[in-house]
Amino acid sequence: MSVLEPLLAGLATGRVRVVDLTHTLDPDFPVIILPPEFGQCARFRMEEVSAYDHRGPGWKWHNISMNEHTGTHFDAPIHWISGRDVAGGAVDEIAPEAFVGPVCVIDCSAETDPDFLLEPAHIEAWEAAHGPIPGGAWVLMRTDWSKRSGAAYLNMAEDGPHSPGPSAAAIEALLARDIRGFGTETVGTDAGQGAHLTPPYPAHFLLHGAGKLGLQCLSGLDQLPPTGAVLIAAPLKIKGGTGSPLRVLALLEDA
Amino acid sequence: MTPLPYDGVVATAPVSVPYQRYSQETAHWWIAKALRGVLQAAGLEKSALDGVTVSSFTLFPDTAVGLTQHLGLCPRWLDHIPMGGASGVVALRRAARAVQAGDARIVACVAGDTNRIESFRTLLSSFSRFAMDASTPYGYGGPNASFALLTDRYMTEFGATRTDFGRLCVAQRANALRYPGAVMKRPLTLEDYLAARPIADPLALYDCVMPCAGAEAFLVMREDEAARRDLPAARIAATIERHNAHAEDPIQLSGGWTLDRDRLWEAADCAPQDVDLVQTYDDYPVISLLQIEDLGFCGKGEGPDFLRARDLTVTGDFPHNTNGGQLSAGQAGAAGGFIGLVEALRQVTGRAGPTQIAGARRALVSGFGMINFDRGICTGAAVLEAA
Amino acid sequence: MTQPLTPPPRKNPQQRTPTPTLPPMPRSRAALGLTSAAAEGRFALQVCAECGAVSYPPRDACAACLSTDLGWRDQPAGGQLLAETTIRVSPQLYFRQRMPWRIGTVKLDAGPVVTAHLHGDVPRAGRVRMAARLDRAGQGVLVALPAEETPHMEDDPLMRSLTCDPKHRRVLIADGRNANTPALIAALHDAGAAAIYVGMAEGWRGAPTLDAEILPLDVTDAASLARMAGEYGGKTDILINNARHLRPGGVLAGDPVRAREALEVSALGLMRLAQAFGPGMAARTADGTNAAVAWVNILSAHALIPDPAMGGFCAAQSAALSLSRSLRAEFRASGLRVMHVFVGPTEDDWHQPLPPPKLTPQALARDLVQGLRDGLEEVWSGDVAKDIRARYAADPKVLERELTGGGA
Repeated sequence: MSVLEPLLAGLATGRVRVVDLTHTLDPDFPVIILPPEFGQCARFRMEEVSAYDHRGPGWKWHNISMNEHTGTHFDAPIHWISGRDVAGGAVDEIAPEAFVGPVCVIDCSAETDPDFLLEPAHIEAWEAAHGPIPGGAWVLMRTDWSKRSGAAYLNMAEDGPHSPGPSAAAIEALLARDIRGFGTETVGTDAGQGAHLTPPYPAHFLLHGAGKLGLQCLSGLDQLPPTGAVLIAAPLKIKGGTGSPLRVLALLEDA
Repeated sequence: MTPLPYDGVVATAPVSVPYQRYSQETAHWWIAKALRGVLQAAGLEKSALDGVTVSSFTLFPDTAVGLTQHLGLCPRWLDHIPMGGASGVVALRRAARAVQAGDARIVACVAGDTNRIESFRTLLSSFSRFAMDASTPYGYGGPNASFALLTDRYMTEFGATRTDFGRLCVAQRANALRYPGAVMKRPLTLEDYLAARPIADPLALYDCVMPCAGAEAFLVMREDEAARRDLPAARIAATIERHNAHAEDPIQLSGGWTLDRDRLWEAADCAPQDVDLVQTYDDYPVISLLQIEDLGFCGKGEGPDFLRARDLTVTGDFPHNTNGGQLSAGQAGAAGGFIGLVEALRQVTGRAGPTQIAGARRALVSGFGMINFDRGICTGAAVLEAA
Repeated sequence: MTQPLTPPPRKNPQQRTPTPTLPPMPRSRAALGLTSAAAEGRFALQVCAECGAVSYPPRDACAACLSTDLGWRDQPAGGQLLAETTIRVSPQLYFRQRMPWRIGTVKLDAGPVVTAHLHGDVPRAGRVRMAARLDRAGQGVLVALPAEETPHMEDDPLMRSLTCDPKHRRVLIADGRNANTPALIAALHDAGAAAIYVGMAEGWRGAPTLDAEILPLDVTDAASLARMAGEYGGKTDILINNARHLRPGGVLAGDPVRAREALEVSALGLMRLAQAFGPGMAARTADGTNAAVAWVNILSAHALIPDPAMGGFCAAQSAALSLSRSLRAEFRASGLRVMHVFVGPTEDDWHQPLPPPKLTPQALARDLVQGLRDGLEEVWSGDVAKDIRARYAADPKVLERELTGGGA
């Protein structure tokens, strides 16, 4: 019996919906800010090559440039120093099966503290409500942060950005469940003040050290059920790439 | 060293091609008209010309050289004289010496320019390097502003008034009304002059020449040649020429004539009061005053007083620019350097018609040319006598 | 007495914007020496190296001794007005639109007699103070100013036609994040600017509080420039491009990523900014009291010759200077002036490890505004920039060795 045929039928009837979890790639979309003496994440830029004009009468196209980590994007294990030696840890080496999988969404959108940290207790509470997180699941932290724009998105202060993220213990807890990867609606998988946690940037450090994947700058996680959706997040096949801009899709089955 | 006299050489066959305010024709066209005019006046074939001088601002890209082929001339002596208002006197000097030395037998001296709607502006922008660098960028509409500055200084220095200049202009208009070739046909009163619209203070409309198209020419040959052909001719009693004189003067209140006038009168064996008419180069009235002073009619700065006491018309006691000069007959480019000389030839040969001064035998002709930057560079003068 | 300018009324939308015209542009090669002096605001004339005679108009040989060794030297500025005229009729379109126009003959204390534009406050037959200024064709001309400052003398129509005074004009500063922006804003307010707009890239990073109208604008993002030029291009009379990207690093120890960022901001940013705002400004150079008048690029003096410790940055500055000179040529027909303000090390984060002297934002702003008031094309702000300019003019190779070790 076919597995894909009912899926296609569901897509055709609308019973299976395709939801876009991607921000528009826009020159003004925020990227992570590092101290100025460090190399910086290139912003998305687009330049017209021709537009049905003297530069090319019948066609329009653009040159685009950006960092691997610009916009809604994918973090491969080799992105972080802890994952530098992970075998097959570059985007072109990761097996394609890793990009498609079940997704669990932990809703933290009711939290009002911009420095809110996801802790193991939140994960346990979620599991109490929705069942255990299965191995190989994408785990997404819903904060509705993607609804913010402009300066409110990074929420930068004198002491750096303030946005929610996971604690080291929470990541350890997820790794114990052998998740596929972890994703957020903020500019990174770590909290804005993640540099001050132990270890610094625990999501990056621990996830990638364990060969897991990261998704960030996701949009519209409020559209997803806590469980039951399928997430598709396939990075560009960049040789030796540490990440890639993404078009993140979720398949939802309406009850 | 005293220069040789011009014994046995005469100027003859004066021709003025009637001026037009604007012309779509070329300088070549105007010069051809004038050349044909002198040949007809002298009863000569074109092939009889073996010397030619050409003066023109609008002949570009040609010079006298291109003109020989254009007009089918085969001279054994050729000169291009780009000296603007001094061209007539200088052409006469060059031609007379060529004839005297036997380098040429019959020399046609011709000047002509066209005046298209745009050609004055074009001429200004390429007039001279110093003008391009140091006067054109200062709002100059041609020489108006240069002469305004000289006039302003002259008035300050010597107490001249607009009325002094006006009297000269009004007298010349009266003369022009007698001259059929003049562009200006309407009478001018002193009141008109003083009320005219300002152009560049203190100059107003009637202080400024009207650029137009036209041509002037005459022939230079041996006196016996002219006599054989029964041509009324004028002897060349004396001439002078000078360039870039008084360079140390901060502003031009004297021209090169002051350096050479004594020699002029001595060679001509006469004095200023002995001439029957004076033809000055008159693109602006202040320059006529400079010439009257610098050629010895009165002292420096005494021009206004001198003129107040005199009648400058054809019937007056100091006939000046008897066909109206450039101020009333028009300024046909380089022909403006010929107009006084050609008219003087008519006068001393008794062929001036309506402008004729009774018994005119001797004329002073003066030339002034080329505002290279802040002043005229070329000066010249000639005394002509009935042959 | 000069009548003070009043703020211009709002533009009549039914009236056609006048097409810019220029005074006569052609000059001899020698006369370009005056342009060169005027571009820096120096009053210089040709001086014979052999006999010392001072010449004017510019020429190729000394009229006193026929030496061809003529150089330009700064001259005493005094002079005596000998004659004057007010021109009321001219066949030149540029002057026709500005009649009446006053000029005069001036006997310079330096010797020669010159024709000069006359400031309205110069009394008849009075003493004058000479200056060389650039006209709208970008060529050097001589100007006779009152011997002493007079009230509102900068508002004289002559001065307004030669200078780029910010008074009553609307100024756009490209990069609100540059440390020099607050000082520029203050100096422009003091100079009577009618409005000050400041570009702010990446508003999502938060923005400093500035006493100006903030426009979202990023010189590395053509789309943001097109958007802002669409809204503000028609009311930008002076544009100050202060955007730059400075990171240390030479060639071997440098970083192409950072060098590219520097090029993106300093060089290509200038190009993008020009493509967005240039055409609109160039079309408005005859638009009355607040006509568009100047484009200012703040550049490192090391655009001339690099400091190898900042090789990538200096390369970007050289590229910016090169583009700026091309831009200047492209603006020529409009009369829009391109002014360079060259600086040495500036008082900011990226020069923090360097010893003084360093240019303060206030000094830079003062020199920039004065440059606009004098209508300059080349301003050397601060001792270091002046020093580099002088040493570069003297011998680039000597300067290169001094900057790279080898000068004892």
